[in-house]
Amino acid sequence: MQSRQIEITVGLFILLGIVALSFLAIQVSGLSFADARRDTYALSAQFNTVAGLTPRAKVMVAGVAVGHVRAIHIDPITVRAVVEMAIDKDVDYLTTDSIASIKTAGVLGEQYVSIAVGGAPDILKAGDTIKDTQSAMILEDLISKFATSFTDKK
Amino acid sequence: MLGFLQRLGRSGLDTAAAFGRAGILLWQALWGPMDWRDGPALLFRQLYFVGVFSLIIIVVSGVLIGMVLALQGYTVLVRFGAESALGEMVSLTLLRELGPVVAALLFAGRAGSALTAEIGLMKATEQLAAMDMIGVDPLRRVARPRLWAGIISMPILAQVFNMVAILGAVAVGVSWLDVDAGSFWSNMQGTVDFREDVLNGVIKAFAFGIVVTWIAVFEGFDAEPTPEGISTATTRTVVYSSLAVLAMDFLLTALMFGVD
Repeated sequence: MQSRQIEITVGLFILLGIVALSFLAIQVSGLSFADARRDTYALSAQFNTVAGLTPRAKVMVAGVAVGHVRAIHIDPITVRAVVEMAIDKDVDYLTTDSIASIKTAGVLGEQYVSIAVGGAPDILKAGDTIKDTQSAMILEDLISKFATSFTDKK
Repeated sequence: MLGFLQRLGRSGLDTAAAFGRAGILLWQALWGPMDWRDGPALLFRQLYFVGVFSLIIIVVSGVLIGMVLALQGYTVLVRFGAESALGEMVSLTLLRELGPVVAALLFAGRAGSALTAEIGLMKATEQLAAMDMIGVDPLRRVARPRLWAGIISMPILAQVFNMVAILGAVAVGVSWLDVDAGSFWSNMQGTVDFREDVLNGVIKAFAFGIVVTWIAVFEGFDAEPTPEGISTATTRTVVYSSLAVLAMDFLLTALMFGVD
């Protein structure tokens, strides 16, 4: 076989490898270069418990994704979970009395942060903290509460 | 009794010597200045024989394995009403374990055995000795491009395998079994992490590529220059590289995804 033909085929082979890797990166792992470059600003919120919320979870307003969770850690003083979120720059309607809550999509679905916008005149700025929060609903706690109230009545 | 001990000792020494010879071969083949005149052409030729020729078996097995994974995963998941997690299950299985391992096993059977037989025959027909006579180092000329070709091809083949297997799973899961395409992809993208899952799979494939081609080239050079010698060497290549791949996969998995 001609060496030119060999080189072309090998070139196609390597190109196929690059295509496969980009397919895995973009379509399968959801790695998006547009996301990293998109302008966001930081907000944080403290919760009593985040119960299974993970980084990269969505942040939604009225069911529409407006950002994602960047990091979760524990505040050593209050011993509450601090959720750091990256919100898209064009979202400029989150008022200072907004309520952040952790919800679950479906019964077994993934968890996300839902922000309910209030009516205060001031808007949250970059680096602000959402003070009003509702922690994740933990099914086990709910069941144990129900069970104890049930036995108390008897 | 003493005879048994002697046999045991000899086999131990033989094994140690073989490992030593394999290490020296790898070192001598990869070390040293690059030959810019003939090197690229030799490498391209080997990439063609080692990589491109393995593509067909990789693609066909990839599609079939992806389809089987989707079918089996669906029958279990649908009982819990969790069939939307099918994409997540299939892609994590493939990226972390199945893709690199099965691609490496196929690669050992397809390309590794061919490398051993080729080099073994070169040795049997005294081509390697002739190269030595005219002052060409057979390790540089024969071993080096083959080693590099295997090391470069293996990650590419594993990623192609992953891609076609996931597409096969889409064909069965989404097109045939009617899993919702939106939740299939979004669950997958939500759980698969590029660095944790995709890149670790590439590293695995890279490690398997080194081991499989190393064993194949070494067995070729170490083969007894007889027809039986070549056939045992070819068998040994496939057996040893399969075992090495599976053992290494356990170690790498424990290191990468182990409990922390």
